Amino acid sequence: MRENASTFLVIGERTNITGSPKFAKAIKAGDWDSALAIARQQVENGANVIDINVDEALIDGEATMVKFLNLIAAEPEISRVPVMLDSSKWSVLEAGLQCLQGKGIVNSISLKDGEAEFLRRATLLKRYGAAAVVMAFDENGQAATRDEKVRICTRAYKLLTEKIGFPAEDIIFDPNILTVATGIEEHNNYAVDFFEATRIIKSTLPHAKISGGVSNVSFSFRGNNPVREAMHAAFLYHAIKAGLDMAIVNAGMLGNYDEIPKDLLERIEDVLLNRRADATERLVAFADELKARQGGASKAEVKEDLSWRNGSVEQRLSHALVKGIDAYIDADTEEARRKYPRPLDIIEGPLMDGMRVVGDLFGAGKMFLPQVVKSARVMKKSVAYLTPFMEEEKRKVAAAGGQTRPNGKFVIATVKGDVHDIGKNIVGVVLACNNYEVTDLGVMVPTEKVIAEAKRIGADVVGVSGLITPSLDEMVHVAREMSRAGMDVPLLIGGATTSPAHTAVKIAPEYPHGVVHVLDASRVVNVVSALLSQEQKPAFLEETKTKQARQRDEFAARRSRKPLLSLATARERRQKFDWTTVDIPKPEFLGARDFPDVPLAEIVPFIDWGPFFSAWELHGRYPDILKDPVVGSEATKLYNDAQKLLQRIIAEKRYTAKAVIGFWPCNAVGDDVEVYADEQRSRVATTFHTLRQQLEKPADQFNHALADYVAPRDSGRLDYMGGFAVTAGHGVEQFAAEFKANHDDYSAIMAQALGDRLAEAMAEMFHKRAREACGFGKTENLSHEDLIRERYRGIRPAPGYPACPDHTEKPLLFKLLGAEAATGIHLTESCAMAPASSVSGWYFNHPESKYFGVGKVGRDQVEEYARRKGFSLAEAERWLGPYLDYDPS
Amino acid sequence: MNSPKESPSFAALNALFGQRIAVLDGAMGSMIQTFGLHEVDFRGHRFQTHPHDLKGNNDLLSLTRPDVIEDIHGRYFAAGADIVETNTFNSTAISQADYQTQAFVREINLAAVAAARKAAQKAEAATPGRRCFVAGAIGPLNRTLSMSPDVNRPDYRAVTWKQVVEAYAEQVRALIEGGVDALLVETIFDTLNAKAALFAIETVFAETGIRLPVMVSVTITDASGRTLSGQTIQAFYHSIRHAKPFSVGINCALGARQMRPYLEELSKIAECYVTCYPNAGLPNAFGGYDETPADMAAALSDFAREGFVNLVGGCCGSTPDHIAAIAKAVRKISPRRVPSLDPALRLSGLEPVTAA
Repeated sequence: MRENASTFLVIGERTNITGSPKFAKAIKAGDWDSALAIARQQVENGANVIDINVDEALIDGEATMVKFLNLIAAEPEISRVPVMLDSSKWSVLEAGLQCLQGKGIVNSISLKDGEAEFLRRATLLKRYGAAAVVMAFDENGQAATRDEKVRICTRAYKLLTEKIGFPAEDIIFDPNILTVATGIEEHNNYAVDFFEATRIIKSTLPHAKISGGVSNVSFSFRGNNPVREAMHAAFLYHAIKAGLDMAIVNAGMLGNYDEIPKDLLERIEDVLLNRRADATERLVAFADELKARQGGASKAEVKEDLSWRNGSVEQRLSHALVKGIDAYIDADTEEARRKYPRPLDIIEGPLMDGMRVVGDLFGAGKMFLPQVVKSARVMKKSVAYLTPFMEEEKRKVAAAGGQTRPNGKFVIATVKGDVHDIGKNIVGVVLACNNYEVTDLGVMVPTEKVIAEAKRIGADVVGVSGLITPSLDEMVHVAREMSRAGMDVPLLIGGATTSPAHTAVKIAPEYPHGVVHVLDASRVVNVVSALLSQEQKPAFLEETKTKQARQRDEFAARRSRKPLLSLATARERRQKFDWTTVDIPKPEFLGARDFPDVPLAEIVPFIDWGPFFSAWELHGRYPDILKDPVVGSEATKLYNDAQKLLQRIIAEKRYTAKAVIGFWPCNAVGDDVEVYADEQRSRVATTFHTLRQQLEKPADQFNHALADYVAPRDSGRLDYMGGFAVTAGHGVEQFAAEFKANHDDYSAIMAQALGDRLAEAMAEMFHKRAREACGFGKTENLSHEDLIRERYRGIRPAPGYPACPDHTEKPLLFKLLGAEAATGIHLTESCAMAPASSVSGWYFNHPESKYFGVGKVGRDQVEEYARRKGFSLAEAERWLGPYLDYDPS
Repeated sequence: MNSPKESPSFAALNALFGQRIAVLDGAMGSMIQTFGLHEVDFRGHRFQTHPHDLKGNNDLLSLTRPDVIEDIHGRYFAAGADIVETNTFNSTAISQADYQTQAFVREINLAAVAAARKAAQKAEAATPGRRCFVAGAIGPLNRTLSMSPDVNRPDYRAVTWKQVVEAYAEQVRALIEGGVDALLVETIFDTLNAKAALFAIETVFAETGIRLPVMVSVTITDASGRTLSGQTIQAFYHSIRHAKPFSVGINCALGARQMRPYLEELSKIAECYVTCYPNAGLPNAFGGYDETPADMAAALSDFAREGFVNLVGGCCGSTPDHIAAIAKAVRKISPRRVPSLDPALRLSGLEPVTAA
């Protein structure tokens, strides 16, 4: 039934005191947190509307309704959906209406108390601005047969629309879903009566809607959930076909018609459709049989193979860790706690044994990172369960004058100015599940804080990570400051822009106590265990230092071997175009255009899944990787989990995607590009600065700079360039934090990785729009593969990346686009975009434009570049640090 | 159960909106500031011994300095405004209680309408054939029904629905009695307050048997595109469309450029006229507003050309110069065409839900 959700409204029934004992208990006890949790769960499970009913003899309905609605108003995750106020008392309904800022539904009004009262209430509903459920009920009682239902609903419809002008589309009839299979013969046709009445009302009373409470139909089978769920699914299938628009159901327990076993379905439909005289007996008999087999549990629970639950508690913990199953971990941990003398014995015993199996399988390539992270989730939950007991024990030990000391302490942070932390999180998780105590300081952490926290905690190792090039400098700073602060613990360097060479040349000389570059998470455990072992540490550090000295020599040698061209010569060897013939398309619009809420579903087709697997350290090309003999099955699982989470992100609109793109008239002036405020070139709005390759190249190749792709001012032609900033990052951190709070790093990392994929996909999607806006994109007709391989005209290089390595061009682009206001992306002091999962860049349309790397630049270019930008030489050198061909000091 | 009949102003306003883009006036508060009034001006003769400070109670000036208020209205009419808003943004018992002047609500509203009407008559006399309208401004109140002022008690409310409805009904009765052409529920940041105002208006219409055009204008507070109480623009529209508003629009808080996406969305879904009267940009570091008349006119005429709007004007920081530039910029541009949408069940929480 779920696939109909877009047109069919699911009304959550769990916040109904008459149908949900759990909600009733919470309300009666004044346990508002639990009551809110039930409401939240309904929305999370996909309810489009929540039904709220607090009718109970012993509570003050009006006050309770008001309090609960006011509490909901403070919970955006719940109050994003409309409310159905459900009460048999008008005063409770009216009190509720006075709390709803949205447009809700009142359930219900009817002709039970006569026409005058019915119309009085309906008039008030119109004034409050609410839709109304109208029960098929009149002065004589409830309508059971088809004709009675139709007659009462028709009468109500005419009164409402003709007498008081009540909008027909705000009328929702409830033609009474009554219980079948009761053994009473006149009940046998109740479902058929409902279906037929629905069909007639929908065709004769324009715009009116039909609703109903589905669980009524199966009351005869209380205690037999598999049969009830199947009956509900089958009932909904037929009712929706007849025209049912919405139903009050348990949003978390909607079965699928297609999945009902055929033998059960046949008997259920015999009953619902009243197809044979012995339908009830046959279903009852079958239901009893089924219950005897399955014990009345719902089908989800039945399917799982639970044989592993029969093992010893140690075996169960190990199984849960290796398989990543967290459903029973609290109970199993508690059982172990009772069995073992100390909580720490459980961690060092069965839990570490289980993690060792995981580690061995991972090391042997038989398990992959996603599985390890899932195992870590189980480990973390178990440790979280034990933590209070250990604290208690520690307190006792301390009280007795004893000392406690964990295995090894690791402080990890993403450096100041950088917001990227997927890799850092993975390292943290891998270390944590190897029983290191990991303190994760988060992103954009100033050096002082890294040092202060490392000292405070007594860290054994410090790790810093970063993705963008300015972070490299920041890491040099961390090393220098650690020296100054007199620290002596090893420093680990990781992250996408870091390299063994940079670490050796720039960072290691600043800190004498060991600076180690760690390529990826799978290496970190070896490195850390070597560094923490008294025996291995000296040799390991010695080896590292020797290797780094060699890398420094190589670096120096390489530099002296290959002198750069002078800037003048490099310019002479630029790619030259005949500007009288180059096609210069004029964009459909000039200036910036905002896309404040890009539907996530539209972005998905542009996703390139290849890098997603790399993020999880599964290497190979998508989609081949899914069939890879070694990592294929894990890659497939990971992919399926990603799809599931992605669907959830879309359905719940967890991320907000925003974009801005723009085009401007422009001309190249030397290696700069002047962007004009208008086509008359009356004013230079901004100037972009590009860098030129200075490496000596073969005779048939050019020394590129991006400015070459733009018509020079003296060519006499006006050119156009574009820019963009897109983000899928709003909501990512919060979503990841929710998972982390629940010790679920696997899903947290997944949430971040998907944010990154969406952002990159947006860049692709908007580049396509940009090409269309320039005309030539309208006829390109590319496959997904072609798009991902960028087989189209034009490029979108990003400031800070190889073709234009200076990040400080980004603020100029942002200002021109009004990107911060349009997208909510802001730039850190290192010009990183926050939130992460954001992409920005320029559009160049030249038919021969292509991506290139600037490579090393010489002092002559840096000096001129600094002048063009109005920077001091030192400032320019700082931003271009990794690209300098010389030692600036 | 006869429904109230439409007032004559319906036909006149429909004629204006059918023909061209209508122009609303600009800010009142910042214009009052230019007069450099002191406590004695606010008090006048009548409130010489009032126990509470009155400076800042701009609405009271309709009683104590009606000349100032009429003068400001007159300048906006001269600038080309078709409609001015009465100086009654805070003229409810709940808001006036801040100055202990809640007992004078009816008089304040009557005096405000009279000042606006006088200015309108003078403008009409100056240009024979011209029609000048007065809209009764109904502000958002300083207390909200959807939000708790106390973070530790999320279920607490500083005011009740009944109090809000009564306060608004008192104001609405006086505005109608004074003779406004329309009612303008504006600067809505809590939809529940607005729903209470609309409920009060509907109740008064039922009492008097006459229905006036009701204009509704919401405030999107920041770049999230939501009201302060958390609704998206479409969810907001679903919440108020039962009142069959004459117009719906966006005003205050943002400059025109920041409003664009929300206005565009609203223009597609609103089954009535659409209005827009932004601030003169975002507040600068000194709390002032920097957008020039030319800036605002450019932005609003862009909306007009895109077919987003039926009425434009200014909110905080705008002046008669702004309105003159805006009026000139939109004069020749056709108004937005009101779309006709298929009937559907349109619900909302903070977000909209529609069942066709």
